Amino acid sequence: MPLLSSSDQERLRESFAGMTRSVRLRFFTQALDCETCVQTRQILDELPPLSDKIAIEEVNLVLDGDTAKAHGIDRVPAIAIAYEENGGVTDTRIRFLGAPAGYEFISLVQAVLLAGGRAPQLSEASLARIAAIDRPVTMQVFTTPT
Amino acid sequence: MAFVSPHITAYAVEATEFPDLARRYRVNGVPKTVVDEEIEILGALPESAFVEQALAGFANGKTGGSTDAAAAE
Repeated sequence: MPLLSSSDQERLRESFAGMTRSVRLRFFTQALDCETCVQTRQILDELPPLSDKIAIEEVNLVLDGDTAKAHGIDRVPAIAIAYEENGGVTDTRIRFLGAPAGYEFISLVQAVLLAGGRAPQLSEASLARIAAIDRPVTMQVFTTPT
Repeated sequence: MAFVSPHITAYAVEATEFPDLARRYRVNGVPKTVVDEEIEILGALPESAFVEQALAGFANGKTGGSTDAAAAE
């Protein structure tokens, strides 16, 4: 049974229709000791049927530790968002740790739209400030399911 | 911010699923943003204030929507 109502599905389908790039949701998981990995996979599985520009790539944290490490991911469930452009794949460096349920699902959809080609909604001043960054910065935003 | 800067990586962390991280970064309320384990921002701020605080001390040296959406962008 789908987790989304048919009206929510329809709304998402319309939003995703504007995507100009294909998006890959890299889903990091493991078989044991992961309470919310199955739930996360179920949530992600809602998206590809709504757009042919969204695909899921499952990465096993245990079996493919190198890929996880390259993404800075050491726990599951986790999602890394990438997009296809000019024949290559670009990592957005946007990550979700934990099941993207509740309000986080909306954040995930926004991240997919951004990766899919929607223009960032940051102000010119913010963009200029961010462009001045010249060394690695890691930001963690903690949330709770609502 | 991660999307527009190749130097920024942004994690949205579900605090209740990772209590070890929540403890390590003293997450007593949400949203709470931790930048490079140094800068802490509690609560959602207007975009300009969020960007300024999150990047305080980085590059050009000034001190200095939804929080996770701004971090992601």
